[in-house]
Amino acid sequence: MSGAHHRLPGALRQVVLVLKKDLLIEWRARARGFALASFAVTVLLLFSFAVGPNTEVLRTHAGAYLWLAVLLSSTLLLGQSFQIEVEAGALEGLVLAPVEPAALFYGKALSNTLQLIGLALVITIPMLALFDAGLAGSPAWYLVVVVLGTAGVSAPGTLYAGLTARLDNRQLLLPLLLFPLLVPCLLAAVKATTLLLTGDAMNQVPSWLKLLAAFNALYWSVCGALFPRVIDA
Amino acid sequence: MRWEHGLLAIGFVLLAIGHGMGLFMAPEEAMMREAGRILYAHVPTAWVALVTLTLSFFAAVGALWTGRYGWDAAVEATAETGVVLTALLLFQGSMWAKPTWGYYWDWDPRLTTSAILLVLFVGVLVVRRVVSDPERRLTVTAIATIVAFVDVPVVYFGVKWWRSLHQEWSSPQTVDSTMVMPLRIAAFAMLFISLAICVIRWRTILATVQAEATAPDLPALPAELSLAEKEV
Repeated sequence: MSGAHHRLPGALRQVVLVLKKDLLIEWRARARGFALASFAVTVLLLFSFAVGPNTEVLRTHAGAYLWLAVLLSSTLLLGQSFQIEVEAGALEGLVLAPVEPAALFYGKALSNTLQLIGLALVITIPMLALFDAGLAGSPAWYLVVVVLGTAGVSAPGTLYAGLTARLDNRQLLLPLLLFPLLVPCLLAAVKATTLLLTGDAMNQVPSWLKLLAAFNALYWSVCGALFPRVIDA
Repeated sequence: MRWEHGLLAIGFVLLAIGHGMGLFMAPEEAMMREAGRILYAHVPTAWVALVTLTLSFFAAVGALWTGRYGWDAAVEATAETGVVLTALLLFQGSMWAKPTWGYYWDWDPRLTTSAILLVLFVGVLVVRRVVSDPERRLTVTAIATIVAFVDVPVVYFGVKWWRSLHQEWSSPQTVDSTMVMPLRIAAFAMLFISLAICVIRWRTILATVQAEATAPDLPALPAELSLAEKEV
């Protein structure tokens, strides 16, 4: 263990260690990350084919396509993050280590958030190119929307991925449970992104960011509190 | 005959009285004409749907807290009744919306929230069917119910900011006094019927769950037939 971690308090240190472990696994299996990014770009392409070559319509809805691509990719990523643990019996090992279940949740949820941020930023470039969109707002605000939007997907997503990891129909159950839950998050993220892409004359972005922040505050606390029961189940 | 059957009977009697008054004695709604009479069915359905789903949230907290199957069965009984009521609510709403607004569906906050509520709780019921181990099922159902329920206010405000067009909440203050009595009676009718159905379902589900939980394990399969162990 490196020296820097010794100064952190116990629970926080466990979160950082779980986060580092997950990111390291993802880095070592980075072909999976590339596959996921390719999948997300494919989804973006599919939207343009489904909608047709009307540049005006595509530009107006570029934010919506971006977030739907992130959402569709997220279930694959979230499912994967627990699949590895369950298949190798690693989850029991972690709990016996002993890692606090809440630390496990926050570590994993942070790792999933960071990966989703990466994914969203990577597909932003093809999104801007494919739909002929440009960023009217500031890139910093765009980053804030991406961070809050992906964090909102990740908190309930990590909880539900853990909940369904041992079930037979998990590929179906995870999106079935997760997607309706994410409606307010998707709504706010799409609205804020679209305003940043097309211009925000009425200064509405802050109110959508507030909704995103409230969604995050709610689910990062509720899911962290419930996750220990998921591990027991 | 158990007490819930009595409650069910009282509910149906009140339903007949409330709707009889609503259809034949109450005045026609000023703007919506005869179509407005769906108020006596629609508004009670909405109220009671929200009541049952709120009950399922508290039952889920109880189930998670105590681990008792009585609470677990209550989660399913109330969620099930709530899902049926919400589906009914959306159906009634569409029937009313076509002659009044000119279309079946609108992305109004309450409509959209009800639709999302329906899929959220259908998800809870689906995931419940998939888990066979009673103890794990209790945890999974309770967590999914709690997580789904806390989403409701956020969905509502999110969609409200997004777009709006709906009648004001119907309450004794917003409707004419001649409409209040049939509305009240119909609301209690719906409440009694739904609670009675919840209790009837609760007894059945509890008996099933207890039978599952106390059933002895199956005898071991012969070695060549044994299934691969999937669970870790």
